[in-house]
Amino acid sequence: MKTLIFKTASTYLLPLLVLFSVFILLRGHYLPGGGFVGGLIASIAFVIHSFANGLEQTKNLIKFHPGFLMPVGLCIALISGAAPLFIEQSFMTGLWFENPIPVIGMVGSALFFDAGVYLVVIGVTLTIIFTISETL
Amino acid sequence: MILAILSGFVLAGCTPFISKFIKGKGSLLLPILPFGLFVYFFSFLKEIGEGQTFRFNYDWVPSYGINFGFHLDGLAILFALLITGVGTLVFTYTTSYLKGHHYLDRFYGYLSMFMASMLGLVLSDNIITLFIFWELTSISSFFLIGFNNDDPKSRKSALLALSITGLGGLFLLAGMVLLGYIGGSYQFQELLSQSTFIKEHTSYGWIVGLIFIGAFTKSAQFPFHFWLPGAMKAPTPVSTYLHSATMVKAGIYLLARFTPLLGGSAEWNTTLILVGSITMVYAAIHSVLRIDMKGILAYSTISALGILVFLIGLGTEASLLAAGVFILVHALYKATLFLITGIVDHETGTRDVTVLSGLSKVLMPVAIAAGLAALSNAGAPPFFGFIGKDLIYEATLAYGDWAMVLTIAAVVTNVCLLFAGLLAGVKPFVGSLPSNFTSLHLPHPTMWIPPLILAGLGLVFGLFPSLVEGLIVQPVFSSMVIDGAPVHIKLWHGFNLVLGLSLLTLTLGVILYMIVKPSSSLFSKTLKFEMIAPQTLFEIFGKFFNAFARFWTGLFQNGYLRNYVITILGFLTILLAYRLYQGVNLYIDTKQLTALTIYEVIVALMMIVAIVFTVFSRSRLVAVASLGVMGYTICLIFLFYSAPDLAMTQFSIDTLTVILFVLVIYNLPKYKNFSSKAVRIRDGILSVFFGSLIAILTLEVLSEPLNRETSIFYAESAYLLAKGKNVVNVILVDFRGFDTMVEITVLVIAAIGVFSLLKLRLKSIEKE
Repeated sequence: MKTLIFKTASTYLLPLLVLFSVFILLRGHYLPGGGFVGGLIASIAFVIHSFANGLEQTKNLIKFHPGFLMPVGLCIALISGAAPLFIEQSFMTGLWFENPIPVIGMVGSALFFDAGVYLVVIGVTLTIIFTISETL
Repeated sequence: MILAILSGFVLAGCTPFISKFIKGKGSLLLPILPFGLFVYFFSFLKEIGEGQTFRFNYDWVPSYGINFGFHLDGLAILFALLITGVGTLVFTYTTSYLKGHHYLDRFYGYLSMFMASMLGLVLSDNIITLFIFWELTSISSFFLIGFNNDDPKSRKSALLALSITGLGGLFLLAGMVLLGYIGGSYQFQELLSQSTFIKEHTSYGWIVGLIFIGAFTKSAQFPFHFWLPGAMKAPTPVSTYLHSATMVKAGIYLLARFTPLLGGSAEWNTTLILVGSITMVYAAIHSVLRIDMKGILAYSTISALGILVFLIGLGTEASLLAAGVFILVHALYKATLFLITGIVDHETGTRDVTVLSGLSKVLMPVAIAAGLAALSNAGAPPFFGFIGKDLIYEATLAYGDWAMVLTIAAVVTNVCLLFAGLLAGVKPFVGSLPSNFTSLHLPHPTMWIPPLILAGLGLVFGLFPSLVEGLIVQPVFSSMVIDGAPVHIKLWHGFNLVLGLSLLTLTLGVILYMIVKPSSSLFSKTLKFEMIAPQTLFEIFGKFFNAFARFWTGLFQNGYLRNYVITILGFLTILLAYRLYQGVNLYIDTKQLTALTIYEVIVALMMIVAIVFTVFSRSRLVAVASLGVMGYTICLIFLFYSAPDLAMTQFSIDTLTVILFVLVIYNLPKYKNFSSKAVRIRDGILSVFFGSLIAILTLEVLSEPLNRETSIFYAESAYLLAKGKNVVNVILVDFRGFDTMVEITVLVIAAIGVFSLLKLRLKSIEKE
């Protein structure tokens, strides 16, 4: 599938799709979207890139094994869930900064949790797909 | 209190980090823990002697009525003192016995874990925590018995012990749950007030039966006794600890504890008397035929446990008093004899009583301890054993019509036990010293002082029974017999039948010792009966069980995905079909249906075309692509019915699924049929059935009145409580955030599974 058009398109598609996935992740709390869908979109972006340029190219691009995103994401989700414990609230209580941050909007522990989900989903999807396409 | 119980677990947890320290001089510091606990429990002794009891409560799972409730009364303190007291001596003894052993740190870890579990077991008031500690003793004893893990026999014995006691544990759990259910509480003290109600309940027989199996397996009663001799493969300190004072006494403790609650009925008494007397006579005769010191002690232990079960079964005040005293008597002399066996084994390298003799010339203090223990075991005056034996005879003689039979059984048992005690405690130390043992020297004092202390106590308690009468025996008695008369134990009862029986036992035992010379030929005669021994039967059962498990696994877990899917779908279909067969209320309210729109018609048509292509296409890629189309049409439906979040997710998932399928299928040979026509028809029929069942179910769900309470709550509170306007997302990350947390963890596990399965396979192929 290494056609010129696909190859050229994929180099532009990758950053666009990843940006789009972050956008989806950030708007999740108010409009359709969220960490899960965002993560899936980001992984599709990388899969498209790997189809067009070959797996090795994509791997070089990412620099590290996508599997490392899984523990990182899990930790972020867990920490954002456990953070309320430090101010003597129960596990997973939603905490919010008082003022919205420009561009991103309201920031709270739920957003970090969603970011954790986002990373885990990218890690899981890419690990599975990369492993299968490598071995078969 | 909870700290006292858990400290053993804490120490066990620390051992890996201080292993260098333990293997060096540090081991000498370890006995401080059990000794500290001993002192701690000892400080309660005075109040408990005055009739007080102590309660400690810590919540654990309050919603199920399970808490760490501890109750310290006479019975509990007797066992707690034995556990910590003998524990201190065993800890000390081990410092020399296993000096420089490679796994000394592990050994202390297991040992302190075991001690803590035992303490928890005897102090628990909540019967569920009692069960948990019960299982913990089984597990930690498994490690202790299998300590010499490079010896296959040792591993086998450990496994046997674990499977027998674990099996009993399951029955015990069932019994406890049933008891708690009927009694309405898991607190023992609360159940106690329900005693008469429970005894008259129809399930009483079940409760008693289940608890009995638990107690009999743990306390090595016939026909579950055979794990105990095997457990002698463990290092001697372990045998001492497990078989004199703790592990095997757990069953006895359980029976004694439940006597006021469940005892007194015909089922209770008859079963215990029967099982106890069979065990005590059977094991006592066996102990005479052994030549290995540990084997002798193992069978005499089983026999002693039989006596205890038997005494508890008699259920009279006299017999329960005798049981309470005998627990202490037995722990003192049996622990001594085990420790001495360890010293003899350690110094001479053999435990064969036919070889050993005259050791008193080189191991004098050990010989003194052994002699004292053997005499206490023999029930010679003025030892504590004499008092114990007197009480046993008093109990059997007073037992109505069966007094004669029971007394004869007790006498036979005691004669054999006396013989066994002399064989293990006296025979190795008298006579002429063989020339190859002359160079032996006394081991480190940490080894011979512990048995001397224990044996000395046997003499001191015998001479001054008042030392233990008020402080221990009376409270133990009152926790088994409610409103019993005050007890009084004394050495001298005057000339009566009991004294006569005691003397008869002594004479017969000594005569037997004079006549019967231990030899291996006598032992080999017993091997003929191995065929019908319970152990053989158990092993056959085990083999059968294994074979069945293999067959069953082969049938269902055969590694073919299609078989798994068929099994799951077939099972579900049958289950659902049965439910629907019982009556289903299907109707479609045509008035509620909205008019068909053109989009819906188009989407439905697309679906049908996609399905037809998926099923009948000859190319796999086409099938996968049409499956993708199918998924996208479902996305469209989600969109029409205003679920954009679902649609988005479904869209991405379907894209990835198609990619995955293509990746896999790309590598399969093209246009090759893997399934025959018959198989395809079978699969088709199954899918049609399953599909229609699901359709019927969906319709049935629609005809049920809808409860919108939950969705209304989420919709209303999403912004108020969680500051989000997208309800789906708020549910995912906030209201049900914990579920999401677990789900992403599952995802990670799945990814790691895929990764390791494929990569590992690759590596093994590369190796070839």
